[in-house]
Amino acid sequence: MTDLTLSSVTLPARAPLLSRTGWAAFFAALLAVCALAPMLNLWVPESSPFHLSGYMITLLGKIMCYAICALAIDLIWGYTGILSLGHGLFFALGGYMMGMYLMRQIGRDGSYQSDLPDFMVFLDWKALPWHWALSDSFVATLILIVALPGLVAFVFGWFAFRSRIQGVYFSIITQALTFAAMLLFFRNETGFGGNNGFTDFKRILGMPLATPEMRMTLFVLTGVALLGFLLLGRWLVRSKFGRVLQAIRDAERRTMFCGYDPLPYKLTIWVISAMMCGVAGALYVPQVGIINPSEMSTGASIEMAVWAAVGGRATLIGPVVGAFLVNGAKSWLTVAAPEFWLYFLGGLFIVVTLFMPRGVVGLVRRIFKKNVPSIAVDKAQAAIKTEVTEQPAEPAHLPQGARA
Amino acid sequence: MTPDLMDAGAERLQARTLRATPGRTESGDRSASYSRIAQTGEVDVTHGRILYLEDVSKSFDGFKAINSLNLDIAPGELRCIIGPNGAGKTTMMDIITGKTRADSGTVYFGSTIDLLRHNEPEIAQLGIGRKFQKPTVFEELTVFENLELALKTDKRVRPSMFFALDSAQQDRLAEVLHTIHLAPHVNRRAGDLSHGQKQWLEIGMLLMQDPKLLLLDEPVAGMTDEETARTAELFLSLKGQHSLMVVEHDMHFIRALAGDTGTVTVLAEGSVLAQGTLDAVQADERVIEVYLGR
Repeated sequence: MTDLTLSSVTLPARAPLLSRTGWAAFFAALLAVCALAPMLNLWVPESSPFHLSGYMITLLGKIMCYAICALAIDLIWGYTGILSLGHGLFFALGGYMMGMYLMRQIGRDGSYQSDLPDFMVFLDWKALPWHWALSDSFVATLILIVALPGLVAFVFGWFAFRSRIQGVYFSIITQALTFAAMLLFFRNETGFGGNNGFTDFKRILGMPLATPEMRMTLFVLTGVALLGFLLLGRWLVRSKFGRVLQAIRDAERRTMFCGYDPLPYKLTIWVISAMMCGVAGALYVPQVGIINPSEMSTGASIEMAVWAAVGGRATLIGPVVGAFLVNGAKSWLTVAAPEFWLYFLGGLFIVVTLFMPRGVVGLVRRIFKKNVPSIAVDKAQAAIKTEVTEQPAEPAHLPQGARA
Repeated sequence: MTPDLMDAGAERLQARTLRATPGRTESGDRSASYSRIAQTGEVDVTHGRILYLEDVSKSFDGFKAINSLNLDIAPGELRCIIGPNGAGKTTMMDIITGKTRADSGTVYFGSTIDLLRHNEPEIAQLGIGRKFQKPTVFEELTVFENLELALKTDKRVRPSMFFALDSAQQDRLAEVLHTIHLAPHVNRRAGDLSHGQKQWLEIGMLLMQDPKLLLLDEPVAGMTDEETARTAELFLSLKGQHSLMVVEHDMHFIRALAGDTGTVTVLAEGSVLAQGTLDAVQADERVIEVYLGR
């Protein structure tokens, strides 16, 4: 990290992966997930005010899965400027892969005491369909959890980005794709349990699922995955790769004239983002104990975007904060005043869009550091600048694009 | 006979001769790589032309933005292009840089690279840099990061992930920062720069790309007189090692660039109206008519 001086020019040194405080916070979080939470849950007696209930562990674990999704959305939306309203699909694909494995782990303990999962017996199927072939193997399941969402994202992204589909059109297509997948999964013939999905899981890797220890293990795994993805995200956006993504977001054409082909860049971050969602889905299913096509509903995917927007786009920690805030409020409000939850969500979205364009994290940063201007201020400045430099008007007959 | 008919006749005759003698080529029996080998990706300027446009046409919904345009630029030349609004100056740059596809015609970079067969990033990597009419920099990134992104290097995904400036590249970056007078602002957000500074930053990004040919679309729009003078100085210093094509409305700036001997091309209605020294084109009746209106 040497500063270079040439004729009084000082180049900035390369930023470290995390600052000193960043690392401190990272290890504090790691310690809280891996040591503090298990201690408070398993060893502190239930009568103590410090006891962390099993309900809280499951809730926090679930929210951490959501936080991974919000982080994935942030990479593709916040940093690359591509709003996906279809990440529910990748989440569900990861979840279904894990669900298939868990269904096979039930073995003969189902209601029908058959080798086949209950819903297949119910449908009078005699053998496992072809796409269940790998569901007995845990290793294959782990691979499929990242590979399948990755593959679907790659194929879809390749066609969409190559045709230069952008902005709201891309968002609508992702939404449509997810909706189509939901309809497909609703059908019993597809072999994913129809609208009931998978549930009644008994064990994982031969060990029973419904024990405090297993719940804790899954919680710790989720926490470690979230922190790992945060580090990965930080590494990605700090590299030149991450800056090219932001360049594509801010001025795609300029990026192309700089010699970068946006297609492989978009495709790479899109696939990484989808894989992250797949992992989140796989961690979610054993903790919540159910996976069904509702994970692919329109609302589920939009909510993910709301978490990222509330927390703060283009800040890695923002979406995580957003996921905790919104879902925390959700689990409290849906109990305290269930009829108000949707109004609250809608209102929150409006308030954030109008008054906090950079979300909660942007707001906090603005309070503590005065030098971070809000997007609204930027836009006003840009408007003033374009006014000053306005070119003389074009002749009226010139079609649009001729001189653009 | 009209010239059209004569041309058509000549073409028919040539086609017949080519058909009659198998193996014969249009270039008069010379093999394509006679005495030198075409290098892929290398710009071949042995014919004395770095950019060559012939009979290029482009229309938008029936409006002919470019109309049988012929234009060529020598290596190391600084060519000024002037013309009224709607003359097709920006469309011409769009075609050269691959942003717009020409309807017909040929565009060559050197004598071997057909630019119509490449897309924007490829053309940029071949060595054609472009500055937009409206300054376009990456507003959320710092001045340093803007320049670093533009640096000529491997621009594929994986090398970008593991990229770190080596010391030669750091020197280059520092040198460019110095040239564009933005050294004190190295850590500022590009979006916070003044309009003139953004213009300079974009020029600096072009320099980082180290292109063989620079296309500059109204580079001094919105600059102060002092900044304009400095820009002219910079472009004149680039002349020789780089080829430059400058489109500008500011006649003082054109005067400073072209001097008394430089070539100025006047575009009007999508084709070349006049070409010569600035004095010669300014004295041209047709040019005066186009600029002053009928």
